Amino acid sequence: MDILGLLKNMTITHWSFYIVSMLTLFGALGTIMSKNPIHSVIYLILTFFSLSAHYIMLNAQFLAAVNIIVYAGAIMVLFLFVVMFLNLREENEELPKNSILIAASIVGGIIGITLIAAIRQTQIEKVNPYSFNTKTGLVETLGSLLFNKYLLPFELVSVLFLIAMAGAVMLGKREKGERHF
Amino acid sequence: MLQENTALIPDMIKQIPLVNYVLLASILFVIGIVGVLIRRNALIIFMSIELMLNAVNLLLVAFSAYNSDPNGQVFVFFIMAVAAAEVAVGLAIIVMIYRNIRSIDIGLLNKLRG
Repeated sequence: MDILGLLKNMTITHWSFYIVSMLTLFGALGTIMSKNPIHSVIYLILTFFSLSAHYIMLNAQFLAAVNIIVYAGAIMVLFLFVVMFLNLREENEELPKNSILIAASIVGGIIGITLIAAIRQTQIEKVNPYSFNTKTGLVETLGSLLFNKYLLPFELVSVLFLIAMAGAVMLGKREKGERHF
Repeated sequence: MLQENTALIPDMIKQIPLVNYVLLASILFVIGIVGVLIRRNALIIFMSIELMLNAVNLLLVAFSAYNSDPNGQVFVFFIMAVAAAEVAVGLAIIVMIYRNIRSIDIGLLNKLRG
């Protein structure tokens, strides 16, 4: 009865938050549970898209776009490419041992309980309607911040990318000696 | 002035308490940790690490949106850039491991010496 009343009082905002959250968690669970790595990649893409939906609902439009472009676009294509490149489908992975499963669930449960206990103790302040800025997540605000205050880190990221690219090319280069494929 | 500003606040921020986002991000993070612990496929461990990174991103974006502080979102942008670089190098390492031992099962990597 109480739950029914609670459901009746939920607005469309609540519904969209809970549905998108369910999608996120479903995708995350599918990622770690599914046996076929390709299914894992697809579930992870679902998670990233639902996280982008969260960002849009939080009015962080720039990050929603960047999340789709960088994560769902570039990173997941890279993952999918490697999964198909290595042809892992034939290799059926055996289920993890029971002892590992128990240990992992104990560790995960303890970390989860710790986090939730810590959250329950905190006092999170309400939104301040006087100082609230609705343009926080727009490209305009973030762009001016990125190119003024964070200009040096922004430029250093390009150096990082250059180094990462050189490292990836060097690591992925075919070695001279034995050749497997 | 106040009424105008209040009307502009997105419904999500007005109606959903910030704690919900914190809980969602915590659950996502724990799922990532469990994924790292139970799987033996190096690629899926890598994907679990991405999940954990995204949990942190969601938390940063939520706090930044509720406090209307754009610095948090710039931070998320940098995390995404670093994650992209990390994935490029990590996948190259995984491909190299596959070339050498014909498998990416981390159980077979116990002969590493430091």
